[in-house]
Amino acid sequence: MAHGHTVKRYSGLMDWLTTVDHKKIGILYLIAGGLFFLIGGLEAILIRLQLWKPLNDFVSPDTYNELLTMHGTTMIFLAAMPLLFALMNAIVPLQIGARDVAFPFVNALGFWTFFFGGLLLNISWFTGGAPDAGWTSYVPLATNTYSQNHGVDYYVLGLQIAGIGTLVGGINFLVTIINMRAPGMSFMRMPMFTWTAFITSALILFAFPALTVGLVALMFDRLFSANFFEVSNGGNAVLWEHIFWIFGHPEVYILILPAFGIISEVISTFSRKRLFGYSSMVFATVLIGFLGFMVWAHHMFTVGLGPIANALFSIATMLIAVPTGIKIFNWLFTMWGGSIKFTAANLFAVGFVPTFVMGGVTGVMLAAAPADFQYHDSYFVVAHFHYVIVGGLVLGIFSGLHYWWPKMFGRMLSEGLGKLTFWTFFIGFHLTFFVQHFLGLLGMPRRIYTYQDGLDFNLMNLISTVGALLMGIGTIIFLINIVVTAVKPKNAAADPWEDGRTLEWAIPSPAPEYNFLQTPLVRGYDALWKEKMDGNKGMTPAEPIGPIHMPSPSILPFVMSLGLFITGFGLMYSHYIIAGAGLLITFGCMFLRSIFDDHGFHIEPEELKDKGVKA
Amino acid sequence: MKRLLPLLAMMSLLLSACGREDLSTLNPQGPVAEQQFGLMKLSISIMVLVVVVVFAIAIYVLIRFRRRPGDNKIPEQVEGNHKLEIIWTVIPLVLLVILGVPTIQTVFGLAKDYSNDENAIQIKVTSHQYWWEFEYPDFGVKTAQEMIIPSNTIISIEAKTADVIHSFWIPALAGKIDTNPGGNVNRMYFEANKPGVYYGKCAELCGPSHAYMDFKVKAVDEASFKRWVTAMKSPVDMPADPAIAEKFINECLTCHAIGDKGGQLYPNLTGMGDRVAVAGFLMNTDDAKYANEGTVYENLKRWITDPQEVKPGNHMPKVKLTEQEIDAISKYLSEQKLDY
Repeated sequence: MAHGHTVKRYSGLMDWLTTVDHKKIGILYLIAGGLFFLIGGLEAILIRLQLWKPLNDFVSPDTYNELLTMHGTTMIFLAAMPLLFALMNAIVPLQIGARDVAFPFVNALGFWTFFFGGLLLNISWFTGGAPDAGWTSYVPLATNTYSQNHGVDYYVLGLQIAGIGTLVGGINFLVTIINMRAPGMSFMRMPMFTWTAFITSALILFAFPALTVGLVALMFDRLFSANFFEVSNGGNAVLWEHIFWIFGHPEVYILILPAFGIISEVISTFSRKRLFGYSSMVFATVLIGFLGFMVWAHHMFTVGLGPIANALFSIATMLIAVPTGIKIFNWLFTMWGGSIKFTAANLFAVGFVPTFVMGGVTGVMLAAAPADFQYHDSYFVVAHFHYVIVGGLVLGIFSGLHYWWPKMFGRMLSEGLGKLTFWTFFIGFHLTFFVQHFLGLLGMPRRIYTYQDGLDFNLMNLISTVGALLMGIGTIIFLINIVVTAVKPKNAAADPWEDGRTLEWAIPSPAPEYNFLQTPLVRGYDALWKEKMDGNKGMTPAEPIGPIHMPSPSILPFVMSLGLFITGFGLMYSHYIIAGAGLLITFGCMFLRSIFDDHGFHIEPEELKDKGVKA
Repeated sequence: MKRLLPLLAMMSLLLSACGREDLSTLNPQGPVAEQQFGLMKLSISIMVLVVVVVFAIAIYVLIRFRRRPGDNKIPEQVEGNHKLEIIWTVIPLVLLVILGVPTIQTVFGLAKDYSNDENAIQIKVTSHQYWWEFEYPDFGVKTAQEMIIPSNTIISIEAKTADVIHSFWIPALAGKIDTNPGGNVNRMYFEANKPGVYYGKCAELCGPSHAYMDFKVKAVDEASFKRWVTAMKSPVDMPADPAIAEKFINECLTCHAIGDKGGQLYPNLTGMGDRVAVAGFLMNTDDAKYANEGTVYENLKRWITDPQEVKPGNHMPKVKLTEQEIDAISKYLSEQKLDY
């Protein structure tokens, strides 16, 4: 078991640029996703400031369209997805008893492509205009004829690069969860969060290629005068809508399923009870994932697909309510008879349940196609999807962050500030979006830069703006909490909530580089809880202490992604030499990666002993 | 369940007659919007029921099973309960059937094609950045921004766009339909129960002036509608001052039509004097309260003086006219009233 070669270990900034450790990549995702979340949030605040009174001229109509486009695009692709990836990276390998993900190098590549894609997209603000055709980027509005600046080019190129990151990340998690589970961790013993990460990764695998195809086609239309969507030359505008929503609807479930997983973990832990109806939860998750691909045209009821398509997609959409309902009641009955502790993490989880139900029921209302003719593209829809995405996903992420923070950083977030974050954010959220249902029903279309006075829209828009500011304050309190926590001593226990049920709580906080000193033997669902109940101190090891194989750090993922970033720029401004140089960097890195074998290195048992690790 | 029924009935009452008669989907003024509202009421009632049940269970559980200080007992670890799980699978399915059947009926009902119905009024809607063109092929009339219809008559719409995708929506009368490019024509129909002016909105992001892309539907009685058609086709006098008339013909009528004169590329100006709004968004009133209101003369003047200020990104340039000429043309147009 000799070292293949001596491995250079970096420190400081280079450590972060070269890391292939899933825990550090998780933190990178958290920082980058958090940053984009703040940018997207700022855009939302500006939108609400523009709308606080009728006929306001706080921003110009062009800027407003850029804001609404970038708010949506940033929140979905650059904030929500990476924040979920942050939690998946930080926790999933720990939950299945693995030492790392299946492809650590690819994992780093996924992060850096996402990061550079997001960066490219946001640079558009400073280079003559951000994309302004909505996050859906419907053609012909997004074609050269109607969108002449480079905004939409940034959209197609930035999202393609970021999309690579998401796709490889999804594949990585699929392989990891299938292959790297600890002995005894059968599929039906996997924690719920891991299950949802698994299904989400499968959805990514099938949904993201559709988006990429659409983006490539739109890029060819814009950069090389192709005619996929150019109606005057035989292209088809409705085709884009189909491609976009075949990706776009599964995307909603890609986002929400991991949040379901987080909620399942948090509620179960803080009720001191096993998740009620675990197998039906798994089944419901799979079913939601499957049905998620069957319903995309409910975003297109008003496109004129005809009554047969509308009827079929109405019914298919309504069916999703059934597995979702199963989940809601299973959560309620997990708490039933339990011993519920209201930590900040659990407040977010408990707040999630009724909020998500409200978003879900408006979803069923929207599924009724003829009624949707009235709701479609009105503020009712805005209210609906914010209930699902903010009330569902963001509350889920907050819950997960408060819950797993000690495992990621070794420090407990302040409970007091956490609860304050919850109440300001939660109340702000409902203030912002509850009234928007009624704005839509009273006739206010979405994506409008301003509205007439005297149409009964004023008061509700004002309430909505106040709510948005309150959400902003909640987010700031969370940031303060992070700073306050960062200066506290790093002393979180392995199982700081004392009610931990799953494997991640069996190892120290934060997890050591190699996660598990000895791979654990899993003897049942809620592996750690089972050992606790059987009176054992920790997990039973499945192997003796021995040298631990580790992947080597590498700068290549960073440089490869940088190459793509340069290519994006070159293509956009028709500097094909620059584009070629960028591609050369990327392919050069791939070449280097292919010809130099890197077998990683081993941490020897002697090194391990000094650290005094309990496993 | 029985106790909840009066609650639902009350809520339905609360919902109906909510919002403005000319704008709200909750205050429908025609059979199509009424059908859609019926479906909305049904779905809202079912969904309120669901929400109430979930909230009730949640509140009960959270209070009853909260951890008291010093409580260290380990609750019973329940795996699940088949009976319960079947109940909360079957009940939603039943609720969905209750909602699904009328949904499908309405989907097919509202897809009815009136394009060959002699009793229906055929109107071709063409959307432009940022205005609406309404053509009445059976009457040989074309107008813009204000659709005049007879009440209690089926209006059969054929919708398409001249540029990007827009969406044609009259909340109080009917749900929306997208206007697609490239010969991908959509049809819908609606009907107004009584005369009145109804707000129309563009519901699909179409560019910087998407917010301003309003139109109006003006329902009048049968006889008025006939008089309007005749008036639209009658010749119109040019401005009395020959210098202004020349300017008007050379600067305005190259794009716009009035009566039987002028080009058809941009909104028709016939009868500007008694339109509800100028450019869709500047509301005409003698008693202006808000920034987007003024007399028709003031609004026309504001529009012609700087069209880009009113509707950024629209195709009308700042026409080379002196202030006096703008005054005169605005005055002339504001006096263009149709007798109907």
